[in-house]
Amino acid sequence: MDWLFFFEVSLAGLGFGALYALTAVAFVVIYKATRVINLAMGEMLMLGAYMFFGFAAALALPIWAALILALVGGALLGLILERLVIRPMLGESPISVFMVTIGLSSVFIGLVEIIWTAAPRSLPSFLPSDPIFIGDAFVAPKTFWSFVIAAVVIAVFLVLFRFWRGGVALRATASDQGAAYGMGINVPMVYSLAWGVAGLLAAGAGVLLGSIAGISSEMGFFGLTVLVVVIVGGLDSVLGALLAGLLIGWVESLAGVYLGGEYEHLVTFMILMVVLLLRPWGLFGTREIERL
Amino acid sequence: MADDRILEVSNIEVVYHHTVQVLRGLSLNVPRGEVVALLGSNGAGKSTTLKAIANVLFLENGELSSGEIRFQGDVVGSRPPHRLVHDGLCHVMEGRRVFEDLTVEENLVAAGYAASSGAGRGKQKLVYEYFPQLYSRRRSLAGYLSGGEQQMLAIGRGLLGQPSMMLLDEPSLGLSPMLVEEIFGIIARINREQGVAMLLVEQNANVALALASYGYIMESGRVVIDGTPEKLMADDDVREFYLGSGAGGESKSYREVKHYKRRKRWLS
Repeated sequence: MDWLFFFEVSLAGLGFGALYALTAVAFVVIYKATRVINLAMGEMLMLGAYMFFGFAAALALPIWAALILALVGGALLGLILERLVIRPMLGESPISVFMVTIGLSSVFIGLVEIIWTAAPRSLPSFLPSDPIFIGDAFVAPKTFWSFVIAAVVIAVFLVLFRFWRGGVALRATASDQGAAYGMGINVPMVYSLAWGVAGLLAAGAGVLLGSIAGISSEMGFFGLTVLVVVIVGGLDSVLGALLAGLLIGWVESLAGVYLGGEYEHLVTFMILMVVLLLRPWGLFGTREIERL
Repeated sequence: MADDRILEVSNIEVVYHHTVQVLRGLSLNVPRGEVVALLGSNGAGKSTTLKAIANVLFLENGELSSGEIRFQGDVVGSRPPHRLVHDGLCHVMEGRRVFEDLTVEENLVAAGYAASSGAGRGKQKLVYEYFPQLYSRRRSLAGYLSGGEQQMLAIGRGLLGQPSMMLLDEPSLGLSPMLVEEIFGIIARINREQGVAMLLVEQNANVALALASYGYIMESGRVVIDGTPEKLMADDDVREFYLGSGAGGESKSYREVKHYKRRKRWLS
């Protein structure tokens, strides 16, 4: 066995896994605050990438301006979705909300195809492109920098959720909405904040993903693997999202190289099944406290 | 007179789901710094009254269809619930409602939102002074506390906002008689030392009337009798139906099944 090759494949997998983790954190933020499983996450990510594409390529803005606008656009998208679609659904059964997000994802795909057509495109590159070696192993620079950015962002979120008062307020709101009102927490604002932040994260992940793999109206399928990641990691755990993201990215790339591309999803969904059988609440998720 | 009333509820009616009427013209007053008891059997509308005051009816599809609630002289209806908390109205909900997957300390941090920013931290000490047990368990998840400790946490959380008034919804629910005594002792201390007015909803009329300076008894959405604890305790109907002692003063026997045949006088 060629260990150097194995190492390189692993690094590439971890780099991709960091993007899974980043999107998974967006997923977790929404779930933590509003208990909504947002299946349109992959499409929010896609819209973020297309916004970047639109600003950078079509309007020919400088890269940094396009990036900021795409992130702001992503956050606005999250805010608008929460206000117009999710908040009126509060109190409805979780399945209804879940279905609404599926509908949203179709709408977003249609929107992108109307504006930009279904043809795949590539994003203007903006990450440093000097080749990077870790020991003897080569890492594609885009993958490396995506990994670094994702890791920093996730670290910030881990710290925020642990120590920042707002993070505690978010968890409190998720735990009991009525009681959160009673604590003087502005519940509607917490919801808006969660969706806005998630939209921003998704747009950021979309731009990174797009710069590695290109963009197309089908890139939202990425969200499906992210769903696997959050279920494996635990729906309400940022740390779980991080570790499960890296794990799934790593295993997927190993499976893709050693078993063949068609096995990538087979392996990830098998991991999902095993985790669901052994720990239905995910590796790091909160187990419901039951009093007898 | 109106100046020393912190809470005035006049003729309120509450409807759930646009169809089920729960309160039918209920009125009550709470003077500043005093404890007022609101008693009644299951389904009388006690909790709904508190929810109407705290303006959280919308969470359960309820609506204040008529009447008016004034807290510190201003109408409650237009203020969202978190604003009311900042204005000093604290609602300790029925069934404790602690944040189960947060630690005790995090529960208090979350409750710190009620306080003006920064003040919350110092206030935690005050909570631990009233409830020393919570201090020793501050790192454990609130969901794993005993019922009594959860009730203490629920009241402690409310205290953080430095309320001028607390709405307490059945603090004795599901607690042993000893714990009930302990908790009510602390409630009395909070009322005395912090000058917090309280509207106390209870099924346990004995402990509630021992603490209160005035009491209301509710039945099917309206007040049927009110007065000082002395007056209420002297009333035959109250004694029989809420204090559990017969008209003659001897305790009731369930063998005499006829006892429930007697009509309450205020219903006839």
